[in-house]
Amino acid sequence: MSERSRPSDALPTDVRPVEGARRVGRMRPALLLHEDHDLCPGCGEPVAIRVLLEAIEELGAAQRAIGVIGIGCYTAFTSTMDIDLVQALHGRAPSVATGVKRMQPENLVVTLQGDGDMVNEGLQEVIHTAARGENVTCVLLNNGVFGETGGHMTSTTVIGQRTKNTLEGREAATHGHPILIGDLLAPLGGTAYAARGTVHDAHGVVQTKAMIKRALTAQQQGLGFSFVEILTMCPTGWFVPTADGPGYLDDVLRPVHATGELKRDGRILTTRELLDAARKQQP
Amino acid sequence: MTTEPNAPTSRGTVTIEIERCKGCALCIPACPPAVLRMSEAHNGIGMPYPELLPGCTGCGACLLVCPDFCFEVWQYDAPLRHAEAGAPS
Repeated sequence: MSERSRPSDALPTDVRPVEGARRVGRMRPALLLHEDHDLCPGCGEPVAIRVLLEAIEELGAAQRAIGVIGIGCYTAFTSTMDIDLVQALHGRAPSVATGVKRMQPENLVVTLQGDGDMVNEGLQEVIHTAARGENVTCVLLNNGVFGETGGHMTSTTVIGQRTKNTLEGREAATHGHPILIGDLLAPLGGTAYAARGTVHDAHGVVQTKAMIKRALTAQQQGLGFSFVEILTMCPTGWFVPTADGPGYLDDVLRPVHATGELKRDGRILTTRELLDAARKQQP
Repeated sequence: MTTEPNAPTSRGTVTIEIERCKGCALCIPACPPAVLRMSEAHNGIGMPYPELLPGCTGCGACLLVCPDFCFEVWQYDAPLRHAEAGAPS
């Protein structure tokens, strides 16, 4: 875009400062080969992938990281994520990760799945992996829809949420209740760490990165299964304008899938307890 | 050189890859000092993009929430007074 189109009150943003300034944030994480992707405007998944890659890099594990990738919109990043990757079938990433980790125990093994992939298609895989205490980290990108295949309901869709096949909103009597996957995984004996983060605002992004680093550190310490769920925006699947995505996540998804740590150092908190704590903090 | 006492200052700045921006506008409410706004002009893919006004702190919130990796964030060694240098023209 030429400088001619810049309004008179706006500052130039097309050139880097020449001197007297230091760069404190780079456009893409070092482990992403280039910035371009074809995901929708306002999608939360690239933000989650940014913090995952940054966490791996900051732990000094880039050369030892192996990602096991499920199938969803995020799978588009397999061509640009600069770590070793294995593509799993729908829902099977935790089982594939089990095999990878048992054969390569010195490596850092991370799965990346969506809610449709993990909670619908492969629910038993992740539960058994956690119960066995496999020393892997599973990352769930939860937006409550099957985004890649058209935006229909998943097992995490909240009551009242509109999707392509629940146009009047999910109704418990017809469609059942959402599965709070973190609550299923945290109490299992093999689970060392479980948390639910969000990328709908900058504070949530920072917290989510800290959760991922704790989960990966638990794996590095050989403590067992670790799990981080990340609430991500899908304005296309939610039928909302892109700019309304973060607010929709905060107003609709987060009151059900409350954010916080579900298991740390042996202490378990349920989603209900996280919700109660959040309500007490409200003025 | 004299400057006006209330001249706007910026502790930081951003570079923005506006041709990659898909116009989602998530950066606008994320900016704590509220110095980003969406353009009236459109980029090569027909989308509005963020413009920067004086007052950036270089906090990087825009970078954190941007799904399209459009932002690079800088902090000045000393706050930049826009009446002195780099004033929008």
